[in-house]
Amino acid sequence: MKDRPGAKDMTLGAALRARGVSRRSFLKFCAATTSMMALSPAMIPRVAQALEQARRPSVIWLSFQECTGCTESLTRSYAPTVESLIFDAISLDYHHTLQAASGHAAEAARVAAMEENKGKYLLIVDGSIPLDNPGYSTIAGISNLDMLQTTAAGAAAVIAIGTCASYGGIPHANPNPTGAVSVSDIIKDKPIINVPGCPPIPVVITGVLTHFLTFGSIPELDDLGRPLAFFGKSIHDRCYRRPFYDKGLFAETFDDEGAKKGWCLYKLGCKGPTTYNACATTKWNNGTSFPIESGHPCLGCSEPDFWDGGGFYRSISMPTSDISRTVVYTAAAAAAVGAAAGAASRYKKKASKTAHTKVGVDDLEK
Amino acid sequence: MSSGAPTTFNIQIGDELTWNVGPLLHEIRHALQELTDSGKTGIIDLRSIPLAPGEEDKIIEALGEGEVQARIDALGPSEICETRYPGVWLVTHYNEEREIIGRFIEITDMPEILRSQADEIRQSSARLADYLERPGDNPATSEENAS
Repeated sequence: MKDRPGAKDMTLGAALRARGVSRRSFLKFCAATTSMMALSPAMIPRVAQALEQARRPSVIWLSFQECTGCTESLTRSYAPTVESLIFDAISLDYHHTLQAASGHAAEAARVAAMEENKGKYLLIVDGSIPLDNPGYSTIAGISNLDMLQTTAAGAAAVIAIGTCASYGGIPHANPNPTGAVSVSDIIKDKPIINVPGCPPIPVVITGVLTHFLTFGSIPELDDLGRPLAFFGKSIHDRCYRRPFYDKGLFAETFDDEGAKKGWCLYKLGCKGPTTYNACATTKWNNGTSFPIESGHPCLGCSEPDFWDGGGFYRSISMPTSDISRTVVYTAAAAAAVGAAAGAASRYKKKASKTAHTKVGVDDLEK
Repeated sequence: MSSGAPTTFNIQIGDELTWNVGPLLHEIRHALQELTDSGKTGIIDLRSIPLAPGEEDKIIEALGEGEVQARIDALGPSEICETRYPGVWLVTHYNEEREIIGRFIEITDMPEILRSQADEIRQSSARLADYLERPGDNPATSEENAS
């Protein structure tokens, strides 16, 4: 993570040319990056122009109560060449897992990066922060809470990577033994971008980083602080199995005729209608597929409290009563209700959790 | 899923599941018309559209192969193929592991990435001049020495 002298002052275009990257390679990088940022391909020339002039921001990455799955996701990111260019495009000054330095030297690197780039560095956080007892999670003897508050104070913006940092995630799940909270529960005076997912799709992580690099600003966010470019549509809206839902064709078990024919997994607990993420188009493993394409319902991992949603294999609409009856109602109403059903489901799910009551499709149709 | 004949899963049918194949081909047709009328180019990112397994292949099959197939080696290979409809190009970018990192349909007379780039044309002029100035290291000098 040590740069050549002056490397930080170079524009990205100059840095790439110095590495012998051709203009044609740069255009290819910009095309892949624009696609990664879920921008219109018409933006490719503008992205190329912006990236050409972009200066490498300092990035400090803090890991709190987490499983390292988010870092694993990023480092297994598709397109090694593009990913390496993204990493060349930032100055990753502190990251527990990836940095060579350890102990006091690692902490000194973080402090030095904070001082050198005060007010300009990007802070990335994965993992939730325990509030019940500071000793539950510490780094170099510093509690997660102290480290977050100190480091966020000089940051230009904070990116909360993964559902734990965004909404508390699994540590926050009932009964939340450590008193885990999200970044936005603590930091109130900085722009925060939530990139939830357990883990997030790697290209969504790099897409958000690249957006900041390209435009020097944070992308447009939804009401849960997520970039609309990636989280603006529900899995259900963009699912290739959606036509089966509209026709009322559902798999009833994982090995019945419906499952073999690729019918909708709604009755097997798919949380696609209440989950906003880019899995259905961006997909996983280099665009190979996503859980629903592999025959498994969406778990809803990019939504707050997904772990406490009442069971991964229980239909969101009918946790307790007669599922076959109500799903027929859903199917009949689906064509007319369309995307609105997803929004309604999400609202009802939230309301249900608050009131500790179960929601049925009948309720959605009221 | 007990013993017996292997279960055949049939989710790869690509049976117009999303119904996006037809509309996308119409979009290409409209873009071609616009290219003809006003010279405005168009580009479609195939990754931004929900497609069922097999549907992307259907689109590519419908567009077919034309006269030009080019390959670029830049950060991994890229394939640029004119389809059987001149003006419609299929551009596929791979990384060095041969994994697809982007696939676009471009409606243009020539995809930008195929052109020699202005900066590099300028640099290549200087590089060729350097080469020619190096004695004994190029055919021109060698010929002069030989005579």
